[in-house]
Amino acid sequence: MRNAFAAAITELAATDERIVLLSGDIGNRLFDTYRARCPERFYNCGVAEANMTGMAAGLALAGLRPFTYTITPFATTRVIEQIRVDICYHDVPVVIVGTGSGLSYASLGPTHHSCEDVGILRCFPNLTVLCPADSSEVRPAIEAALGLPGPAYIRLGKKGEPTIHATPPTFTVGKGIVMREGSDVCLLGMGTMTSVALAAADELAGRGLSSRVVSMHTVKPLDEALLADAFGRFRAVAVVEEHSVIGGLGSAIAEWRCRRDGPHPPLVVCGTPDAFISEAGSQAWMRERCGLTGPAVAAAVLARLGARR
Amino acid sequence: MTSVADLAAIAARIRGRVIEMSHAAGTPHLGSSLSCVDLLVATYWGPLRIDPRNPLDPDRDRFILSKGHAATALYAALAERGFFDPALLDTYDTDGGALPEHPGLQCVPGVEAATGSLGHGLPIALGMALAARIGRRPARQFVLMSDGECEEGSVWEAALFAPAHELDTVTVMVDYNKWQATGRSDEIMALAPLAEKWRAFGWDAAEVDGHDMAAVLAALSREPDGSGRPRVIVAHTVKGKGVSFMEDDNNWHYRIPTADEVRKARRELGLPEGTA
Repeated sequence: MRNAFAAAITELAATDERIVLLSGDIGNRLFDTYRARCPERFYNCGVAEANMTGMAAGLALAGLRPFTYTITPFATTRVIEQIRVDICYHDVPVVIVGTGSGLSYASLGPTHHSCEDVGILRCFPNLTVLCPADSSEVRPAIEAALGLPGPAYIRLGKKGEPTIHATPPTFTVGKGIVMREGSDVCLLGMGTMTSVALAAADELAGRGLSSRVVSMHTVKPLDEALLADAFGRFRAVAVVEEHSVIGGLGSAIAEWRCRRDGPHPPLVVCGTPDAFISEAGSQAWMRERCGLTGPAVAAAVLARLGARR
Repeated sequence: MTSVADLAAIAARIRGRVIEMSHAAGTPHLGSSLSCVDLLVATYWGPLRIDPRNPLDPDRDRFILSKGHAATALYAALAERGFFDPALLDTYDTDGGALPEHPGLQCVPGVEAATGSLGHGLPIALGMALAARIGRRPARQFVLMSDGECEEGSVWEAALFAPAHELDTVTVMVDYNKWQATGRSDEIMALAPLAEKWRAFGWDAAEVDGHDMAAVLAALSREPDGSGRPRVIVAHTVKGKGVSFMEDDNNWHYRIPTADEVRKARRELGLPEGTA
């Protein structure tokens, strides 16, 4: 996904002279083409994310369209106050891009994990939260963010994520992308977990359950029409997210659901636990441990449906 | 250009207003507002290229009050400079009003950034400086900070960035009144020697008496000299400046003046009875 970001921002900056890319001293060589084409609109801001984020606000206040880019925890939770005050309170169109979200950097340890970012950032007024599902959603997510009058956060994986779209999808802020239709269970994937939701759908199909699968790339604002439909006609709704079960898409949907009347089929939230994962290990191992695999998600859905019988 | 004597008279009027606003609204930070009035006046009536009739001109210079708790001084200066009707100052900190205790972005024309949390103004100004460079606009950026604010790490992140990118259109003023909320700023943190710290970070640092209008104007008027170094003016000031019983008394970080104290203060400032 980071290569998709680099390719997209390089192309877009070549024609949109408002784009300025601020990098937090990462992406060695990733932006060489960008820098060659638009040297005056790229700044390596060093290991100084608070300044980078504040400068982005200043650039946006002066009419430009800055992007901040670094590893997710450093682009987000390290600079929460700059995001809250400089970007969101000013309501300026900065795009914050976090790369290596969730457990993408599993083996680097909890300093580099990012399983709280969505929960914190979606509290802030004015901020749109976008979690593209795969590389082909990255460019449309950037273009959608550029079309907004205010700020956006784009939560990326790292590299090598499975591509779930055969062709670049239509990407509209606040509208989930239906990947597969079904009639029993609605599986909502946040970002890169949409591929796991698809795998879970395959598992459930083997148990005789038909699943609708959605890439819920926009966590804020929620696709309320899609949710109302899902809670109205499926036997269960399940969220799959590489994020803490506290604060993420599952929480956002639970909040929404508690505020409304109508049918309340079970909501299953598959995410990371309320704990730091301090053991060494790969992303695949940690996902397995957190129950973030197709079979584990399917089992969680079946358990909830079984408990209802 | 306005004479130094005229500027002193403007500064006295602004101080009178600031004291009245603190009294009327019952709001603190009076000492912090009074210490930076001369710096504000020197900037707004000096090198700052702004037009109150066209406050969003994309080519304008930017002034950011990074020490947002001195909002009354900024509001009074903007009103005096013609950005809005001074009668609006009477609505300061009233329910539903446009003038909160810390300024919001464009809460009135002329407020270029929302401040209040310290250490935010300089990074924002550097972004504006980059934008001016990218857009080939001639604008300069002025940032007024407090000495206590220099304890924020984000200030020094920005201080490292600006010289590396030769952002010499940026001028920082530090209102070095030697006090922060609860004590002497040089005792709470090792701020001194402050100018040397900025020099070590690659800035062109000048030290001036922050109440000597001519000296501040001279320090401000220096155009970028091609060295690429951004400029910092470490302005030695007195907290509560202009009112004998407030000067260098840190109780006035939080104290609210009584009606009688407002009268006494206005008399000392050579202002007539009642609102200017």
